[in-house]
Amino acid sequence: MRITAHVNGEVKQADDVWPGESLLHVLRERMGLPGSKNACEQGECGSCTVYLDGVPVCACLVAAGQAEGREIVTVEGLGTPEDLHPVQQAFLDAGAVQCGFCTPGLIVATHDLLTRDPGPDDAEIREALAGNLCRCTGYVKIIDAVQLAASRQRGEDRP
Amino acid sequence: MEFLAPSSLAEALEAKAAHPDAVPICGGTDVMVELNFDRRRPDHLLDLTRVPELAEWSVGAHPSDPSGASDASEFVRLGASVTYARVIRELSDRLPGLALAARTVGSPQIRNRGTVGGNLGAASPAGDSHPPLLAGGAEVELSSVRGTRLVPIDDFFTGPKQHAGAPDELITAVLSRATTGPQQFSKVGTRNAMVIAVTSLGLALHPDKGTVGVGIGSAAPTPVRASDAEGFLAAALDETGLWQSRNALPPSVATEFAVKVADAAAPIDDVRGTAAYRKHALTVLARRTLTWAWDDYRGSAA
Ligand SMILES: Cc1cc2nc3c(=O)[nH]c(=O)nc-3n(C[C@H](O)[C@H](O)[C@H](O)COP(=O)(O)OP(=O)(O)OC[C@H]3O[C@@H](n4cnc5c(N)ncnc54)[C@H](O)[C@@H]3O)c2cc1C
Ligand code: FES
Ligand code: FES
Repeated sequence: MRITAHVNGEVKQADDVWPGESLLHVLRERMGLPGSKNACEQGECGSCTVYLDGVPVCACLVAAGQAEGREIVTVEGLGTPEDLHPVQQAFLDAGAVQCGFCTPGLIVATHDLLTRDPGPDDAEIREALAGNLCRCTGYVKIIDAVQLAASRQRGEDRP
Repeated sequence: MEFLAPSSLAEALEAKAAHPDAVPICGGTDVMVELNFDRRRPDHLLDLTRVPELAEWSVGAHPSDPSGASDASEFVRLGASVTYARVIRELSDRLPGLALAARTVGSPQIRNRGTVGGNLGAASPAGDSHPPLLAGGAEVELSSVRGTRLVPIDDFFTGPKQHAGAPDELITAVLSRATTGPQQFSKVGTRNAMVIAVTSLGLALHPDKGTVGVGIGSAAPTPVRASDAEGFLAAALDETGLWQSRNALPPSVATEFAVKVADAAAPIDDVRGTAAYRKHALTVLARRTLTWAWDDYRGSAA
């Protein structure tokens, strides 16, 4: 089937999509957007987190056909290498990235958290990121990164 | 594989009648795992996310009693594709037990997609929505081109991952009485997120009717009601005048209630826990949730 969706603000199309394949596969293999990572394909790790109509979801659990006509934002839509989003910059500055496999999902989940709540405490951060697993960094620096991004967004700490 | 994407309930029911083997997909949090791991290759996927009727909830009288003549209670009709995130945001007041259970499901991403209808469709003994629906005495609305019927939640689960829906039927809603008293939910697992219940319990006190509801999960081949425990507690509260006095609950009542809850279980040993552990954990959950609920009830005295 053909899938047409708004991805990172552009209309994108993919042909010959198998209806049972995941949105994650469509994004990575057919639309040239490998930012969202494929790690578990069962909703456990969150490395494939994208916005679907403004709501963070695991792209590995969305059937391609369910994304038809929807609005999708991936990590590529939040910032570019030349112009990082403040959340991305904070992850780098706080040392919250090692292999980086979990990072795209964490960036999207953190972006969503800080949009809803500009001043989360550590417990709220843990709760909001409970669907994102990291195998390398450990969560201390990730929470530091979220706090850093939050304080910068509140204008308390300029990069 | 063909992807069916009806945009109304009528179209969805027609599609299910035409393709009874079609696999409904809503949040996809169960279905997509099966597809990704090649455990399932259906000929038709029936997407329910574009059916607006399934994404709504409303309150009103029971459909069998529209004037409210025999039961003036307010009933919530929860559309099958309402997500856990919305249950938490929009229904914590009217369905507090279900909302508490919803908070424990998966992760934020899973709660944003996963639905109560999908939980019922999967009919896992560990489904977190099931204990509160049992405790609240819910009914499941099943619809097809032939019509609509309400199945009491007690009759809905027919075996492990099996339910009472016919091949041409869809789960369209759950009907549950809006709360009239404290409700609690608790589950045991290895961490605070992303946990399939080792065992779980939903408790609802119905002071207006002098009854109690208890549902337990991961404790038998299907989610089950702890009927003896319900009857025991309701009688104990009645005989001692506790519904009216709202005095402290005698510890012996809580202890015996807990034993009866565990007696309702027929658990198995598996990778998540042994049968003996599950029974023990149920006594703890029963005492704990009853204590919380009773404290709530005492605190809510007018
Ligand atoms: C990482 C992860 C964590 C999870 N954690 C939990 C947890 O903590 N607690 C828990 O209970 N569950 C958990 N689950 C399982 C799952 O999220 C729930 O069962 C959820 O409620 C399924 O809803 P859904 O809309 O995503 O269902 P789907 O995957 O779309 O469907 C599930 C089943 O129901 C059928 N179905 C869906 N809608 C209908 C309908 N309207 N009529 C008839 N059949 C229908 C489908 O065909 C399928 O068999 C988890 C899953 C994942 C991937
Ligand atoms: S790849 Fe989707 S959650 Fe792990
Ligand atoms: S940095 Fe490697 S998984 Fe998180």
